[in-house]
Amino acid sequence: MSDTPVNPVNDLLRLERMPHIWCGGCGIGTSVNCFARAVAKAEIDHEHLHVVSGIGCTGRVAGYVNVDSFHTTHGRAIPFATGLSLSRPDSKVVVYSGDGDLTAIGGNHLIHAARRNIDMTVICVNNFTYGMTGGQVTPTTPYSAKASTTPYGNYEHTFNLPNLADACGAQFVARWTVYHVRQLTRSMTKALKTKGFSFIEVIAPCPTLYQRRNKLGDGVMALQYYKDQSTIQNGADTADVGLSFQSDIVVGEFVERDNLTFMEGYEKRMKEILGDGFVPYKGAK
Amino acid sequence: MKADPTAVASGMHFIDGNEACGEGAIAAGCRFVAGYPITPSTEVVEQISRRFPKIGGMFIQMEDEIASSICFQGAVWAGLKAMTVSSGPGISLMMEHVGLAAITECPSVFVNVQRGGPSTGLPTLPAQQDVMQARWGSHGDYEVIAVAPSSPQECFDHVITCFNFAEKYRCPVFFMMDETVGHMLGKVKIPPADEIELVERVYTKRPPGEYLPYKIYEGDQPEMVRVGMGHRIHSTGLTHDERGYPEMNWQAQDKMVRRLCSKINDHVDEISIAQSDEVEGSDVTIVSYGITSRVVAYAVDLVRKQGLKVGRVRLVTLWPFNEKLIKDVAQNTKAIIVAEMNLGQMVHEVERVVAGKVPVHLIDHAGGAMLELDTIIEKIKEVAS
Amino acid sequence: MGTEAEKESSTPAKGQVYIEEDLCKGCSFCVAFCPTDVLAMGGRLNYKGYHLPDIVAPEKCNGCDMCGLYCPDFAIFGVRSKRKKKGE
Repeated sequence: MSDTPVNPVNDLLRLERMPHIWCGGCGIGTSVNCFARAVAKAEIDHEHLHVVSGIGCTGRVAGYVNVDSFHTTHGRAIPFATGLSLSRPDSKVVVYSGDGDLTAIGGNHLIHAARRNIDMTVICVNNFTYGMTGGQVTPTTPYSAKASTTPYGNYEHTFNLPNLADACGAQFVARWTVYHVRQLTRSMTKALKTKGFSFIEVIAPCPTLYQRRNKLGDGVMALQYYKDQSTIQNGADTADVGLSFQSDIVVGEFVERDNLTFMEGYEKRMKEILGDGFVPYKGAK
Repeated sequence: MKADPTAVASGMHFIDGNEACGEGAIAAGCRFVAGYPITPSTEVVEQISRRFPKIGGMFIQMEDEIASSICFQGAVWAGLKAMTVSSGPGISLMMEHVGLAAITECPSVFVNVQRGGPSTGLPTLPAQQDVMQARWGSHGDYEVIAVAPSSPQECFDHVITCFNFAEKYRCPVFFMMDETVGHMLGKVKIPPADEIELVERVYTKRPPGEYLPYKIYEGDQPEMVRVGMGHRIHSTGLTHDERGYPEMNWQAQDKMVRRLCSKINDHVDEISIAQSDEVEGSDVTIVSYGITSRVVAYAVDLVRKQGLKVGRVRLVTLWPFNEKLIKDVAQNTKAIIVAEMNLGQMVHEVERVVAGKVPVHLIDHAGGAMLELDTIIEKIKEVAS
Repeated sequence: MGTEAEKESSTPAKGQVYIEEDLCKGCSFCVAFCPTDVLAMGGRLNYKGYHLPDIVAPEKCNGCDMCGLYCPDFAIFGVRSKRKKKGE
């Protein structure tokens, strides 16, 4: 064994696929650093970790992590992960995708997986835009921000993602920016250990499209903004954490619950009604 | 491999096609179903949701058909046999995941209890208008297998056929029922479990590091794994190489797409199920499938008694299309009639293969009712004369 | 707001930075958020033409690995130098 030190993130990466496709100054890779450390801290063995992504820049995470991983269709990572999670109760299933993928085309699946309390962790990298397709408006693009399909500035109302996840019953809800690498790592660790549906919004820069089009500078300037204008408010009412263009950002761990998961609810009900006639679903075990 | 005796409802039953389909799926070893209510298919998932908690299966009613059609694929990669069930509008929503199943080579069964369309169309009435959709509905080049039952008994028998095809060929398999066969009550014999032959998934024996998920080691199919076996596979809907990694160039596309098609098309003889009689020397041969073939069968019996020389071909598998069978028919009859409950879908395949050798006629129907016996008899007489 | 960096302890552990130059895309996150100013953007380019960080003050590195946490390209990381513990 060589004593040459190894980057701790490498343990989770498919190194033969590096360098990745993300632009310089993109925040997705930073979130992956935190994720790799969280997986180690949560002591999840890699054979029992499955990462599912949808489509888009963040959707490529599944292809870079060296675990059984699935790069599915646009918006549909969560329902795929639902089938996988229910059928591998001994594994941890993580959905890693972007704001457009998870909250626009996949919004219906997000709210229902949270409502059902399916055992999975959803990591939503929110860069306020569709990066892969060239910087179009998403449900999280702030009012007045420019996108390629809102050249005169966005005029729609936006989603407050922690509030959405909270309202739908998520068991753990947190928001951090990629400036908050230590806190993000801790929250990811917590999410991975949460029984049921956990949701983390990770605010991250897209320097190539969102930053540039809105004259916000490069990735470093984005992280500087996150540093200067974020306030940590653990336990904040998620109704109060909405974002607007270059506004203050409330970050922290907002919600912790301990409700029955989908599977627990199913088994409880069936045992009550069917008694010994009930044969629990063991998935592929 | 035989079916699980603790789950199979062996015995004689008087049930409808939808219920028979549910029982067939159970007998086939399916233990995960994701679905969404839609007429006229709903009774399939109702049956499944009653039965699964007693046999260790999991039914989940998803938020829509898009979710259903990918949720069950998650269960397949976990190591289960799984399916989804729907009808016209729902099947339309599922099309992207038919493509996903094709490109990721996920053994997938899509049950389509057909109703009249387009759009919301005729929710409670039958049609056979989704035949071309099953073949071409998702974008891109790929192949599927499609099976059309004509009775409640066949709803039981052939949904098992579908699961067996899915495992053997690792592709999307459509079970093309229709409203009439789905709601038709009939005698269904569910055999003892040890008489039900199942094709089980074969997982690779190659160790991690040596194994590539989309490499052909033997035969035509890549070797499958389920998650957690230690191979750390990556599966993507993007064009990919043997490692399963995205590869964006025409060479990778050519290699992958041609194999997705040839792994089905090179096995038409093994896949094809069809019944034919008295084609040789006939004046006319009538080709049909699904529920329509039952009316046709009766019509042909009647005109034969009147002395007409009429051949009969019933396609059980619709896709891949058995070109050889239809070419042989064209060699041995003087004219062909295709009868189907749409305005002409399979007739195009027949015309393409017959290539003008004999005249090809169509008995069409816009959907909503069975083809009339008299219409079929009249057409046979007209063409035969 | 406190800084993200670990507060330097009274007896800072000496550390070392490692750079995988081929992976770098020159975003300079590592330079901006190194708490001890070990790094600076220099004039060197990697094979893809991205500007690389230079290790300008290696003696200041305490191995906190903030560079590793921030680097979106998995191109840099810091390691704490091994210290002898009691009983070792």
